[in-house]
Amino acid sequence: MNDRPPSPPSAASAPARARPAAPPSFNTHAVWAIYNFEMARTRRTIMQSVISPVLTTALYFIVFGSAIGSRIDEIDGVSYGAFLVPGLIMLTLLTQSVANASFGIYFPRFTGTIYELLSAPISPWEALLGYVGAAATKAILIGLIILATAGFFVPLSIAHPLLMLFFLVLTAVTFSLLGFIIGVWAKNFEQLQLVPLLVITPLVFLGGSFYSIDMLPPFWRAVSLFNPVVYLVSGFRWSFYESSDVGVWASLAMILVFLGIGLFTVWRIFKTGYGLRE
Amino acid sequence: MNQQDPRLPTHDPAAPRAVVDPIIRIDNLVKTYADGFTALQGVSLDIERGEILALLGPNGAGKTTMIGVICGLISPSAGRATVDGYDVVAEYRAARAQIGLVPQELTTDAFETVWDTVTLSRGLFGLPPDPAHIERVLRALSLWDKRKNMLMTLSGGMKRRVMIAKALSHEPRILFLDEPTAGVDVELRKGMWAVVRDLREQGVTVILTTHYIEEAEEIADRVAVIQKGRILVVDDKATLMRRLGRKTLTVHLLEPVSALPDSLAQDGVSLSEDGTRIAYAYEAGSTEDGDDVDRMLRAMLDAGMRLRDVQTDQSSLEEIFVDLVKEPGA
Repeated sequence: MNDRPPSPPSAASAPARARPAAPPSFNTHAVWAIYNFEMARTRRTIMQSVISPVLTTALYFIVFGSAIGSRIDEIDGVSYGAFLVPGLIMLTLLTQSVANASFGIYFPRFTGTIYELLSAPISPWEALLGYVGAAATKAILIGLIILATAGFFVPLSIAHPLLMLFFLVLTAVTFSLLGFIIGVWAKNFEQLQLVPLLVITPLVFLGGSFYSIDMLPPFWRAVSLFNPVVYLVSGFRWSFYESSDVGVWASLAMILVFLGIGLFTVWRIFKTGYGLRE
Repeated sequence: MNQQDPRLPTHDPAAPRAVVDPIIRIDNLVKTYADGFTALQGVSLDIERGEILALLGPNGAGKTTMIGVICGLISPSAGRATVDGYDVVAEYRAARAQIGLVPQELTTDAFETVWDTVTLSRGLFGLPPDPAHIERVLRALSLWDKRKNMLMTLSGGMKRRVMIAKALSHEPRILFLDEPTAGVDVELRKGMWAVVRDLREQGVTVILTTHYIEEAEEIADRVAVIQKGRILVVDDKATLMRRLGRKTLTVHLLEPVSALPDSLAQDGVSLSEDGTRIAYAYEAGSTEDGDDVDRMLRAMLDAGMRLRDVQTDQSSLEEIFVDLVKEPGA
């Protein structure tokens, strides 16, 4: 640092230097720094981030939309191909949110670089905002890419665009929170993938992403109502086609409940310092 | 404990003299881990503004735990620590904002670039982006050419420097270096000490732990020795070496003698087996106002001895350190 600007306060004069003012009670720069750092990973892996969902969506539409869908009747007056769109977006949104957020916080724990986060003048909530914000942003972007891709295969109509975006954002944030919790809880990479694999994927597939739960026998239909993803997919689909398995208000209420549970769990984690600070 | 050691100060070893307005004040800090191990057993220590303090101690003495508590990595079980008057727990924002930490473990991200990771650090500590400052830091640490490299492609020495760059990215007033030169080649080590001296010039307080005691001897203003979670001694390096160090005067004789004359028979004086060397061990501090050496040499001449050569040796900080922390009876 020979080339630092002059005016080095010498050791002798250091005590005379004014005590720096206490930093503000919200560390905005830190939240942005985490957000940008996490988003840089998205930019670095832009090919996987964009091409993969586009390809997957195209495959789904070719197989389910065109090949199989042509033999399936309309559901609630919506062609099967169009019916698929909200479910497909939800499927990717949930998996991406959980994967991004859990990896984002687990990797620093794994490498040990979390020391810096713990030694920084930053509250856990600010860190959460940075990590969950970035994870949700990426998931939302991918959701929108899928939506755009779907537009090439089926005629799209979105009855309530604002509500659609509201569902998109709220779901991404809620499941990024879940991902964050998993990333803090996981002790190894296996555990990191366990929850998405054993919980998220089955719930999404059984949650009416690719069918209306009205098609199920009454017993399984009743069971499905315990699947939280049903409410997410149903509400999201309603914002497109005004047809849904459960009432749209029930869907909205449920997603807010999930968000509340997520926030409460995180609050508990931060309160006990579980898994992060000695 | 070595409290019986007569060379150690009899007053509270943690406060050899009052430090007015310390930048860090550690007050009776205790840390007991979940497994029951007590790493800190009531550590008190004042760190002066702008000094370089070397924290010495064997493995497991509590050095890293102490640093961890001050920097917010570890919650204290009892006691408190303040940074510039701010409590490290209750006022963690103000306390941590002033500290740069370079931990012992070599941990870096893998896929990020040098530039991105150092930029992140500055933001985390609440400062707005300042590319010019980051450039100065990277240049000073010879990392400028590597700024676009992924961290995983760097050598161990470079990663170590990246960690230092991260700690300096937010212009800290206090820098903790936990074993910064472990496994670092000589050239790089010298470069690091040059950086540390530069920082001191700018008024940055530096606290470092090291296993290379000759480094502490070379660079530190004060030395604190910690063992089993307690501070054994803390003092100016020079004072410490004078107070705890031993000197040895060795006189080679032209003609061997069979026994020491009575005038020389006293504690600390010994004759070699072949009768050609007389060794006299005395406290390093006594040369300032004492006349031991003068008296000793005169006595030899008076006894009719003819001297071939005279040599003195001073114990190093390392010898003092080993002496201090050795187990009683070991």
